[in-house]
Amino acid sequence: MGTRILIPSGALGLGYNKTALDRAVAAKPDLIAIDGGSTDSGPSYLGRGVSKYATESTKIEWQGLIEARATAGCPLVIGTAGTCGTDSTVDWLYDITLKILSDLGLSAKIARLYSEQDTAIIAQTPLFPLSAAPYIDSDTVKSCTHIVALAGAEQIQTALKTGAEIIIAGRTTDTAIIAALPLQNGNHAGAAWHGAKIGECGALCATNPQSGVILVDFDDTGFTVTPMADGAKASPHTVSAHMLYENSDPFILFEPGGHLDVTQATYTAINDVAVRVMGSKWEPSDTYTVKLEGARITGYQTILMAILRDAHYVENVQIWCDDIIEKLAVKVADRMELDPTTWHAELRIIGQNSNLGALEQRTSDATELGVLAILTAPDQATANTLGKMMNPYLLHHPLTQEEEQPTFAFPFSPAEIDRGAAYEFVLHHVMELANPMDAFRLVVTDV
Amino acid sequence: MSSVAQIVQKVRSKNAGPFWLTIDIFCGSPAAYAQITENISTERIAILFQTTPDQIKRFDIAGLNVVKFSLPRPTVQGSRTDRDMHGAGWAPLVAELDIN
Repeated sequence: MGTRILIPSGALGLGYNKTALDRAVAAKPDLIAIDGGSTDSGPSYLGRGVSKYATESTKIEWQGLIEARATAGCPLVIGTAGTCGTDSTVDWLYDITLKILSDLGLSAKIARLYSEQDTAIIAQTPLFPLSAAPYIDSDTVKSCTHIVALAGAEQIQTALKTGAEIIIAGRTTDTAIIAALPLQNGNHAGAAWHGAKIGECGALCATNPQSGVILVDFDDTGFTVTPMADGAKASPHTVSAHMLYENSDPFILFEPGGHLDVTQATYTAINDVAVRVMGSKWEPSDTYTVKLEGARITGYQTILMAILRDAHYVENVQIWCDDIIEKLAVKVADRMELDPTTWHAELRIIGQNSNLGALEQRTSDATELGVLAILTAPDQATANTLGKMMNPYLLHHPLTQEEEQPTFAFPFSPAEIDRGAAYEFVLHHVMELANPMDAFRLVVTDV
Repeated sequence: MSSVAQIVQKVRSKNAGPFWLTIDIFCGSPAAYAQITENISTERIAILFQTTPDQIKRFDIAGLNVVKFSLPRPTVQGSRTDRDMHGAGWAPLVAELDIN
């Protein structure tokens, strides 16, 4: 039995082509799968347990998929709901779903799959570092504001078996929501994971990537990927090249319960738009492990910005910045009772090396330069105080005592902008599970 | 003397999760692919990123005319010292390398 999965786009919030979606629904998919998040936008979303996309945008796009699901009569699955897949973002999308169903006068069976972990329990659990993982101890784990485990195909299958029509999953691997049904149907396991990886970004594996909508057909020997928008074409090159995307290894992909090996995969054009893939291998592992992600507060920040347009200062900007950092440290030591190891001040020179820092190779003759001040402290009030102490330097600091007092451009008043908590990712580890559902919870409701 | 950017289709850098960076050189033709594999050694990439060659995974993929490098991210994504949340800004470093 073949399995047809409809993927509307790379993520809920990126939009999709409505005509292409209607065409894909008419092709009678067995499941609609869409990703809701990633770590790519940084640690703040996981740290706070919030979505990066506006509720208003999410509601419109999610409503379109709920209507498509009702027409197709198949399950709709979202993985990593609300960018980070914490319990709070699963509930956020659940509330949006209830509102949509009520507006449309529809009912549905909804399964919520929760992936969030109790930090105190994880602190007691043996964790195994992945390559380039940071050093952690139990205090590091306990300091996380949120920890999530990445669910695999097994947890999604458990949700599907409840007969749920809409599945809102917390953190999952990008591929699990697509691979789960083909695996459950007994389709080729290597093809299930490989097709899921190719399809997880929607039409990014084809030309016209912004059109979003694709169909992936899985069977006993391989899979076929077909983009649905007018003018979008998949070719052996676009499909195989997608294995490069955001992957440190383009041939091996680790998942809960094993890994995918596409070294021997073959890609064949079956017509002008669709590609057939065979020869991918799934290698099961001896133990069942899930990856963890965690974020914690690294400090509170206040930022300021000044613009230097005076050529003399543009030319000597690094000396100017170094001098300010030095003088600020003296002033803070003199006026605040603050342990110098607990706060940090940095000036990034925009127009010179603010993107690459010490790795920058080029120099340029800039007309003007931006100087971005970043003050980090244990609490927001202290960061703001540091910002206020930085302010007079950014406004008036002279290169030498002899020259007339300069004044630089401030784009805002007040110059200090409180950024709130700054978060950092601290986990790049896996934990073993005896049973795939051990670290996950399922709640099913009829609404 | 020309640069990598002048002979290839595109150089892309992206996060591969918060702790890894991956750089794809899409050469666009077998001739450009041959030039890149000859000129861009793993050692040159290591020097560029101020790391050691053993930290770098290299994939020469002739079928796609692609050379790919992956390395632990120079700064962990989103940490206090990080300057580029999505990691796309490292590509120009490689694109601007000289080719003989």
